[in-house]
Amino acid sequence: MSFLNNVITGISLGSIYAIIALGYTMVYGIAKMLNFAHGDVIMVGAYVCFFAMGSFNLPPVVGVLLAVVVCTVLGMVIERLAYKPLRAAPSLAVLITAIGVSYLLQNSAQILWGAATKTFRPIVEGSLTLVPGQLSVSYVAILSVVCCVVVMVGLTLFTGQTKMGKAMRACSEDKGAAQLMGIDVNATISMTFAIGSALAALAGVLMCSAYPVLSPTTGSMPGIRAFTAAVFGGIGSVPGALLGGILLGVIETFGKAYISTDLSDAVVFAVLIIVLLVRPAGLMGKYVPEKV
Amino acid sequence: MKKKNLAALLMAGALCFGLLAGCSNGNNPGGNSGGAVTIKVGGIGPITGDLAQYGTATEWGAEIAVEEINAKNGPVKLDYRFEDDTGVADTAVSAYNSLKDWAKDAPLVIYGCTTTAPCVAVASETFADRYFQLTPSASSPDVTANKDNAFQMCFTDPGQGVAAAEYLKNAGLGTKIGVIYNNGDAYSTGIANAFIAKAKEVGLEVVATQTYPDDKTTDYTVQLNACKDAGADLVFLPIYYTPASLILAQAKQMSYAPIFFGGDGMDGMLDMEGFDKSLAEGLLLMTPFNASGTDERTKSFVEKYQEAHGILPNQFAADGYDCMYAIYEACCKIDGIADMDSQKLCDALIAMFTGGDFSVDGLTGTSMKWLESGEISKAPVVVKVEGGVYVTQ
Repeated sequence: MSFLNNVITGISLGSIYAIIALGYTMVYGIAKMLNFAHGDVIMVGAYVCFFAMGSFNLPPVVGVLLAVVVCTVLGMVIERLAYKPLRAAPSLAVLITAIGVSYLLQNSAQILWGAATKTFRPIVEGSLTLVPGQLSVSYVAILSVVCCVVVMVGLTLFTGQTKMGKAMRACSEDKGAAQLMGIDVNATISMTFAIGSALAALAGVLMCSAYPVLSPTTGSMPGIRAFTAAVFGGIGSVPGALLGGILLGVIETFGKAYISTDLSDAVVFAVLIIVLLVRPAGLMGKYVPEKV
Repeated sequence: MKKKNLAALLMAGALCFGLLAGCSNGNNPGGNSGGAVTIKVGGIGPITGDLAQYGTATEWGAEIAVEEINAKNGPVKLDYRFEDDTGVADTAVSAYNSLKDWAKDAPLVIYGCTTTAPCVAVASETFADRYFQLTPSASSPDVTANKDNAFQMCFTDPGQGVAAAEYLKNAGLGTKIGVIYNNGDAYSTGIANAFIAKAKEVGLEVVATQTYPDDKTTDYTVQLNACKDAGADLVFLPIYYTPASLILAQAKQMSYAPIFFGGDGMDGMLDMEGFDKSLAEGLLLMTPFNASGTDERTKSFVEKYQEAHGILPNQFAADGYDCMYAIYEACCKIDGIADMDSQKLCDALIAMFTGGDFSVDGLTGTSMKWLESGEISKAPVVVKVEGGVYVTQ
């Protein structure tokens, strides 16, 4: 029974990682940059929802929507102010800028909302009992998995069917050629950040509902885990982010339960290294040989 | 190229000068302002970063005491300044150096640091430079080990673990005990190890010992399951309140309801914004300070703190407040303080603190005394959360 419990914990945790990883992977696929500030957008989303529900007594749905809207705008503003001027700069400069933005968000959050940890009220409470006293699934876990699947299907359809989605795929293949074909590359990148940040807001609310503490550094650790998940699944690949996220969540939980609570992170990263040794581009990533 | 070299030389020169200035200060005798001697108190603690909540509490608690002391027009006045160390050891040493710069014209006493690792680093500097140092909350024995100038206002970690085991034995609580602690943290590990050793000695049965690697951990179901499976009816949590709040919530979710017993790091949980206080109902914790205490001094402190900062003070703030009074009261008793520099004051304060007949009444204890090791001796207080407030046991 505890095995099943661990599977459930792992999958629900993994779904949240997967939603965050989607943001990483899309931005990387299209802008070819690692947006390390992504984790902190999660935190901002969670705070917005926290205050919407706590201070203004809005219903959870409105709180989530508000978080999504605020983060979408935030993501686009960050992209416009911090990353766009560096479009032609070396990727290292962009990476350092992203780390800078991450600290800026954390410290701004601390000035605005204080360093003290806040307790997040879950957007859905209670749990579904499968076997009384032994096996139950919290509604938050179910919601996380459902959200993850919906987001995944939605994104696949979006990138496959819509004009904007096709523009995104074109940009990820070859930015220069896409521009020559009349695609507005800047607008496409901006759109990618908007979608990624909206997902981050959703992930933030789900994560804080599952583990209800909120502080200015809440987003940093899940951000790094999700980045790992994105690399695990193959960075740039949408289904890869899902697979990577869920596997990471399950491995982490199993590592804790059956190997050691202290070594669970080490186990996760050891598996990552092995996967990358066998498949350098990640589980579902496309391996593109460098032409010399 | 030449210009660059010159600029570099100038910069290096300026840096060296800064260092020299840092080393040579503190030799001037205490400043006199209208008959009262002014002592500079330089505080160090994290007021930004992960640990900011603890640093700001020690900063603000001391501030209130300083205002009260200076309003008294006594023989000693305190000039107080607080520097940020972000909870990092080398930043703390820089903060200490800038405090030495600041205190060129008056004797300096170091108040801090809030957390253990920076405090150990700063204490070895103050030991070499001969500044008196009193920390409100850095509780590792490493802080005071082999340093005659470093003193603590809080319990040491092992001291707290031993006191916890003795309390459980005497109160007859917990036939089977589980322990969950953060083994990446010296505070948590220090209490847990001493607790487990003492528990064995006094005949308490520890059935499960579970660890987690850092306070960013969010899932504790595995650890709780292990305690549940081992049949623990009391779980000892020598950890900080943020992870503890998650443990309480997850235990409730899995319908596991042992008695939870925590150390002083648990204090502050009830003031977390949005925290469901019913989760903490029945929680026992050892804390030297009870903000709902009814004595005059506590009431006035809580009132002033709330007015200034909008939140209830926790034990970190109270420890900070008591530190200022300990320094003040000791300084008042020292003869010829007006002619002392930082180093002479340091020796005089050490003699006063370890002299045996010096004791302080404060918010966190009465007749508090210090051992020669720098450790404090005061009675531990256990409180129980009932109806969302502390009730002293």
